[in-house]
Amino acid sequence: MAEVRPGALLFGEGRGRFLSFLGEMFPPDLSAEFLGFTLRPALETIQISVLGTALAVVIGFPLAIFAASNLSFTGVLHDREVEGRPAHKALRLIPYLAARLVLNVLRAVPEFVWALIFVRAVGLGPFPGVLAIGVAYGGILGKVFAEIFEGVNPRPAEALQATGASRFSTFLYGFLPEALPNLASYALYRWECAIRAAAILGFVGAGGIGQQIEISMRMFNQHETLTFILILLVMVTGVDRLCAFVRRRVL
Amino acid sequence: MSRGPVFSGAIPKRPGVSWKTWGSGLLLLAVLVWSYSGTEANFRDLIGEEGRSQMWKFVSGLWPPETSLKFLGGAAWAAVQTLAISIMGTVLAVIIAFVLMAFASENLMVRGVLFERAGAGTPAGRLRYASYWAARTAMAVLRSVPEIVLAIIFIFAVGLGPFAGVLALGLHTGGVLGKLYAEVLENVDPRPIEALQATGAGRFSIFLYGLLPQAFPQLLAYTLYRWEVNIRTATILGIIGGGGIGLKLHIAISLFLQNQLLVLIAVIFVLVTAVDFLSSYLRRRLT
Repeated sequence: MAEVRPGALLFGEGRGRFLSFLGEMFPPDLSAEFLGFTLRPALETIQISVLGTALAVVIGFPLAIFAASNLSFTGVLHDREVEGRPAHKALRLIPYLAARLVLNVLRAVPEFVWALIFVRAVGLGPFPGVLAIGVAYGGILGKVFAEIFEGVNPRPAEALQATGASRFSTFLYGFLPEALPNLASYALYRWECAIRAAAILGFVGAGGIGQQIEISMRMFNQHETLTFILILLVMVTGVDRLCAFVRRRVL
Repeated sequence: MSRGPVFSGAIPKRPGVSWKTWGSGLLLLAVLVWSYSGTEANFRDLIGEEGRSQMWKFVSGLWPPETSLKFLGGAAWAAVQTLAISIMGTVLAVIIAFVLMAFASENLMVRGVLFERAGAGTPAGRLRYASYWAARTAMAVLRSVPEIVLAIIFIFAVGLGPFAGVLALGLHTGGVLGKLYAEVLENVDPRPIEALQATGAGRFSIFLYGLLPQAFPQLLAYTLYRWEVNIRTATILGIIGGGGIGLKLHIAISLFLQNQLLVLIAVIFVLVTAVDFLSSYLRRRLT
């Protein structure tokens, strides 16, 4: 099925082409002029990932509130009011189910496809990349955020409710403080993924370093390709380190 | 003070927001503004007349979905091909990772009970140390080149088609799995290893009987997890020429065949969900 033909890679023409391709890549193009040129797409990739993740949080957070069962229809926030009144409960189930459905749709479509759709809608450039990451990761963040909310210890919320706190205060002081470190940590992890995704989305015209790799490859300018790959490598490693640092020191 | 709270007579001040929090908040804001200006983000364009009409045209084109038997058959066939790519890619990755992990696990090559007697200074010790670093470096390189870049390189080498996708998946995932495997091996209980060493077993026997049996369930779990990741990646690799359902998707989008899109996305959804389900089922049964 997968047409595995080791021979095609290890012998004859395939090997020749593979080796000559690798040979052409060396040495990487490290002239000051070219490195100066690479700076912008590299920064652009970072910007896409940052803004895309921010958009994902903006999309995912409100959806997560509706998609967390203990915030939308059960638990301390609702038990008193819905007990013995199935109609009330059913009414509160509607936003829950709607939010879950939206999250599922956002996640079901791969970010690549979102990028292709947004490239069509707003044109080539980094912006469709931002939208694609924002929408696809919004679906993922929404689901995980909802799970984090559902895992929050309910006792502080119960205590708050016993003091007569409103539903909003209970959420703000009972649920949010415990969930926040986990939410932030997961958003940070997604940013790590987003930087890879931002680089890859460039291949379909969503700006950044991926678009440059694609162009260099199509121009058979393999020295430049290698430089871009190396820069991507440094960027991804750097972001991994940075996130590990932030997680240890701040969260 | 450390013995417990002593009431000092004054109610402690509510802790204020520290300058660190303010600082990181401002920094985050600055990064966001910088990113906003750099990505030519223009939400007004998106929801403005032009963007809206473009998107509406796109969405309205999705309906009715193409349901001719020929197209559905083709989509199903492509989905099976994507599945095959993900499986073969994972198998290749397991082979690569299996070879690398033995060299990359600290407790087998560099330190731990096996080395209390035979120190690091001996030539054999140095050789082991060198192979440890070589394996670690190889894995780092494999991991850091994205699958899509590998796929393009292999398309040059073996031509368009699923095999390029298999190679790309296999190499990248091989690096990832190698690292995960090595970590599993490093975290096994050292006592069986000690016991085996005391009987005079060689390093290979220790690996085979002391490490592997303990590590096996974890190795399997990681492999299945990466398979879940790979089925998604296999879809993406199709878009740049690796065959399978991604290729169909790319064709449908480039040729404005929106009515095929809904079916293809549904097929991808079913495929990915089915693999997730199967993988978690296997994980529960086997580990």
